[in-house]
Amino acid sequence: MASVALSEAEKVYIVHGVQEDLRVDGRGCEDYRCVEVETDVVSNTSGSARVKLGHTDILVGVKAEMGTPKLEKPNEGYLEFFVDCSANATPEFEGRGGDDLGTEIANTLYRIFNNKSSVDLKALCISPREHCWVLYVDVLLLECGGNLFDTISIAVKAALFNTRIPRVRVLEDEEGSKDIELSDDPYDCIRLSVENVPCIVTLCKIGYRHVVDATLQEEACSLASLLVAVTSKGVVTCMRKVGKGSLDPESIFEMMETGKRVGKVLHSSLQSILQKEESLGPKRQKVGFLG
Amino acid sequence: MAMELRLPVVRKPLSESLGRDTKKHLVVPGDTITTDTGFMRGHGTYMGEEKLIASVAGSVERVNKLICVKALKTRYNGEVGDIVVGRITERRRSAEDELAMRGFLQEGDLISAEVQAVFSDGAVSLHTRSLKYGKLGQGVLVQVSPSLVKRQKTHFHDLPCGASVILGNNGFIWIYPTPEHKEEDAGGFIANLEPVSLTDREVISRLRNCIVSLVTQRMMLYDTSILYCYEASLPHQIKDILKPEIMEEIVMETRQRLLEQEG
Repeated sequence: MASVALSEAEKVYIVHGVQEDLRVDGRGCEDYRCVEVETDVVSNTSGSARVKLGHTDILVGVKAEMGTPKLEKPNEGYLEFFVDCSANATPEFEGRGGDDLGTEIANTLYRIFNNKSSVDLKALCISPREHCWVLYVDVLLLECGGNLFDTISIAVKAALFNTRIPRVRVLEDEEGSKDIELSDDPYDCIRLSVENVPCIVTLCKIGYRHVVDATLQEEACSLASLLVAVTSKGVVTCMRKVGKGSLDPESIFEMMETGKRVGKVLHSSLQSILQKEESLGPKRQKVGFLG
Repeated sequence: MAMELRLPVVRKPLSESLGRDTKKHLVVPGDTITTDTGFMRGHGTYMGEEKLIASVAGSVERVNKLICVKALKTRYNGEVGDIVVGRITERRRSAEDELAMRGFLQEGDLISAEVQAVFSDGAVSLHTRSLKYGKLGQGVLVQVSPSLVKRQKTHFHDLPCGASVILGNNGFIWIYPTPEHKEEDAGGFIANLEPVSLTDREVISRLRNCIVSLVTQRMMLYDTSILYCYEASLPHQIKDILKPEIMEEIVMETRQRLLEQEG
C-alpha cells in the first residue's frame, strides 16, 4: 500500500486527536470525506463508474462478454475481477510495484462476491452448460489517497448498477444447432439488481479507538485494520484483518458493529445518489475527466 | 456519523467568477510570445528563430521591456535565504554521525531550516544556525505547490487565532500549537509529546482546512490571507469547510476582504 513517512511527533498528534474524536481535518471518527460518484464515463464498456474520495480516485469498467459457464455451476454466469494499480497513482507502483497490491485487492473482491446472493448469477445464464454472460470488472487506480478498499467497492457497485447487458435470444432450428440472436434495439438490455452487492468498510485501529475512512497519514499510524464487507441490510459477507498489529476480540466485535452501522448509511446514500443520477436521464451533462 | 455522496459538477473557470476583464495571456512550452525582438528575455523564455518562445507553461508578465513567463506550477527552486520545511529521508552513515546525531534527528523527522547555498545542479545546503530553526514537534503538515507561497520578510507567523504557522518556500506548510513559553536553552531539538488541548486542535484543524481551500482556489498563501480565510470560516463547522460550495464561499469572502484592504 502507498505509505507516507511521518515523524514521531506527528504520529503522536494524530493518535491523540483520534482519542478525542477530532481528526486532523476536523472529522469525527465515523465521518467520511466528501465522495463524488459518476457513472457511464467510459463509452465502450457495458457499464462504468468513477469515484473520488478525497485524494483517492478509482475508475471501474464492466464489460459483458459471452463465455461458457463453469463446470460446477452450469446454470450461472460469473464475474472476473482485475485490478490495475496505475503508476500515476503513486511512484511506488512504477513497473511491477503495483502488482502485489492489485492481486490483493482482486482476491478480496472475489471473496466478498463469493456467495449466492450478492449478484444474481442465474440471470447471467443464456443457455445452461453452453453460453453465459461473463462480467469482466476492471478496476483502475488513478490516485491513491488512503482508504482504497472502500472506494473500490463503491465504484464496483456503481458500475454494476450502470451495467447494461444486451438482451439475447437463443433460437433453435430443426437440426438442433443453436443460434444466438441479439436484439435489434440497442437500448433493449437487462440490468443487474445491485441490492445485495456488498460494500467494504475499512476500520483502522489508531490508539484505543478505530476510525472510518483513514487518510494516508492516519493509515501510517495504524498497526491493524479490519475490512468488513457489508450489504445494504447490514449483513456481513466477509471480514478480513490487515496489518501487522494485533486486535483484541472485543475491539473486533466493536469494529464490526461500527462497520455494519456505517455500511448501512453508506448503502442508502449510494442508492439515493445513483437513483438521482439516473433520474437526470440521458441528457445529463457528463463531467468526465476534463471537468 | 456523516456521509455525503454527491454528483460531480463542472468547475467554473476562475476568471468568470471573479468578473475580471483582462484575460491573462497563457502559454505552453513552445508557444510564440512575440516576434518583436526589442524585448529583453526573462525567466521562462528563450530566443529561437527570431522570435521569443516560452519554455514553461504559465502566464506572460511584461514589465516595460522585460518579458518573462511565470509558471503556474513548478518544482521548488532554492534561493539563498529561503525558509524551508523538510523531512529527513536519508542520512549519511558514519560512526561519528551515529553517535552524535541519532539522539536528535531520525529519518522521517521534520525540520525547519534556511537555505545557505545553492549548487549548480539545483541541490541546496541548509543550516539551522538559529534557535528559531530546528526539529518540529507536534503539528500538521500541508503540502502545496511552491508557487503559491508568497515571498515575505518572515515566514514564521504566530496567528492571533491561537496557533502558529511556518510557510516554507518549498511549499511545505507547518501548523503547530503556539508554544507557551520560549524554550531558550533546549534549542529546538527536544520534541514535546504531551497531548495538545482540544481548543488548540480545533484551531489547527480549521487552519489546515482553510489553507487547503485557499490552495484549491489558487490563492497566494501569506499570513493575512490565511487569517482572513480563518475568520470567514468561523460560522461553519470545521469538517464542512472542505465541501466545494462552502470552500468557494469562504475564499470569495477572503478575496473581497483582501481587495478592500489593498484599495
